[in-house]
Amino acid sequence: MSEAKKDIAISAKSLNKIFNPGSDEEVIALQDIDLEIEAGEFISLIGPSGCGKSTLMRLIGDLLAPSSGELSVNGMSPPEARLRRQYGMVFQAATLYEWRSVIKNVELPLEVMGYAKAERRRLAEEKLAMVELADFAGHFPWQLSGGMQQRVSIARALVFDPAVLLMDEPFGALDEFTRERMNLELLKIWEQTGKTIVFVTHSISEAVFLSNRIVVMSPRPGRITEIVDNALPLPRDFNTRNVPAYHELVARVRDLLRDAVAADPARADEVE
Amino acid sequence: MASAGAPSEGKLSAKTAIGGRLAYYFPTLAIAVAVIALWEFIVVVFDIQQFLLPKPSAIFAEFMLQVDLWLRPHERSILFDAGGATLWEALGGFVIGCGGGILVALITSRWTIISEATMPFAIAANSVPIIAFAPIMNNWFGITNPASKMAIVAIIVFFPTMINTVRGLTSVDANQLELMRSYAASPAHIMFKLRLNNALPYIFSALRVASALSLIGAVVAEFFGGPRATLGVYITQEASAFDFAKAWTAILLASLIGIAFYLAVLFMERRLMPWHVSFRKTG
Repeated sequence: MSEAKKDIAISAKSLNKIFNPGSDEEVIALQDIDLEIEAGEFISLIGPSGCGKSTLMRLIGDLLAPSSGELSVNGMSPPEARLRRQYGMVFQAATLYEWRSVIKNVELPLEVMGYAKAERRRLAEEKLAMVELADFAGHFPWQLSGGMQQRVSIARALVFDPAVLLMDEPFGALDEFTRERMNLELLKIWEQTGKTIVFVTHSISEAVFLSNRIVVMSPRPGRITEIVDNALPLPRDFNTRNVPAYHELVARVRDLLRDAVAADPARADEVE
Repeated sequence: MASAGAPSEGKLSAKTAIGGRLAYYFPTLAIAVAVIALWEFIVVVFDIQQFLLPKPSAIFAEFMLQVDLWLRPHERSILFDAGGATLWEALGGFVIGCGGGILVALITSRWTIISEATMPFAIAANSVPIIAFAPIMNNWFGITNPASKMAIVAIIVFFPTMINTVRGLTSVDANQLELMRSYAASPAHIMFKLRLNNALPYIFSALRVASALSLIGAVVAEFFGGPRATLGVYITQEASAFDFAKAWTAILLASLIGIAFYLAVLFMERRLMPWHVSFRKTG
């Protein structure tokens, strides 16, 4: 990014998270995390299982509270940011309500937030069109494929226009082909909306394809090994995966992950 | 896109659907006919006395006699009066017990501590033979008062309904709750937009069981005494008068009411949760 310094959206300073402190099952999930994410950035958190990447995302989204350290989101504490509806969340499972039609699923956050009926319908239709599912508004989730369900879930996360999109391995359950198509669509959505995106993934190629910066993490305790800048030009498309710079970056991240995992050889097979 | 098929195609599939349904139910019907035929055959061949086991044809003839009486404007059929009275008791108890069970579940599940503290009692109470309280309820409410039977039915169906509802309200997917948290949803929103819908399949499986239990509860409670025109009393009186065909017609009517009750609950279930996996049309 060669532009002037942007606003900081998310800032973490010496952040720690310890589960079950003081007991036999004490786990240091995150240790000394320092990270600044600019507004509008697409950040991937990558690392093997147990590196705390999901935990970090959950701390940012106020699904968990940090044990110590500072964390701010758009100048607010995470609980404050959550109460002000700053977070759109997407999980690995689409977690749609099976008793609601597609459009009613997308309207759900707006219902909770007290939007008027006509406004709900308008916003939901707009977001469904964005994920190219306008024709499926009246369908029920079980009538859609996994990739389509996940697109509904993304529309639902964006419908109330949150500042930050938190995504926890959203395409992890999809086949490779669908996943690559979803990657392209997500990039398009990011370009359209300019959201700050924190994207947790196991997949190196996905992280390299999508993000501005890739945060490589190591397990036990979870730490940031390195933050890799991704200079691949935007917009990216199918051909991006064919250019040498892409492959160099994939190799670089793979090496970093290999080093990170070296301390924990039993888990070496967990990096794709 | 799916509706783009030609109308003739739709008619064709409707026809095959009816054929498919017949084919689907045929084995069940065949078994029913075979069992009744075997019953008749055994009674005739082994010359079994009617007070041990009446012939199905005799039961059916007696039943049709009662239907005939019931349909005549100035006559009365005690059997059908009894069926109506017992259904009223079962239905009243069902509504009070299931309604109460769902309500208590909604209230207690609001506070995890209370629902965790009450669940063991509910599960223990569920294994108590509630029917043993029938004579006591007769004392409390009066032996001929339908309330005495409704009370028994209500207590019988209350616990399974409450237990299932609590389970449905509390076994919600963790990510669903996290989403609600990210919307800063109120407890009322979480309850009525998420938990209650999540509980519907659990509630209906309880209601289906309760529909059968309520009729059993009402009839057995009547065995401990009640007005003449109730199925339980009718059965005991006709049996002690050695009119077994009549006793069996009451059993037949109780079965028919029970099946109708169950189907009514099933119908409501389909109306209220057409989205559920068990009702999805495949293909």
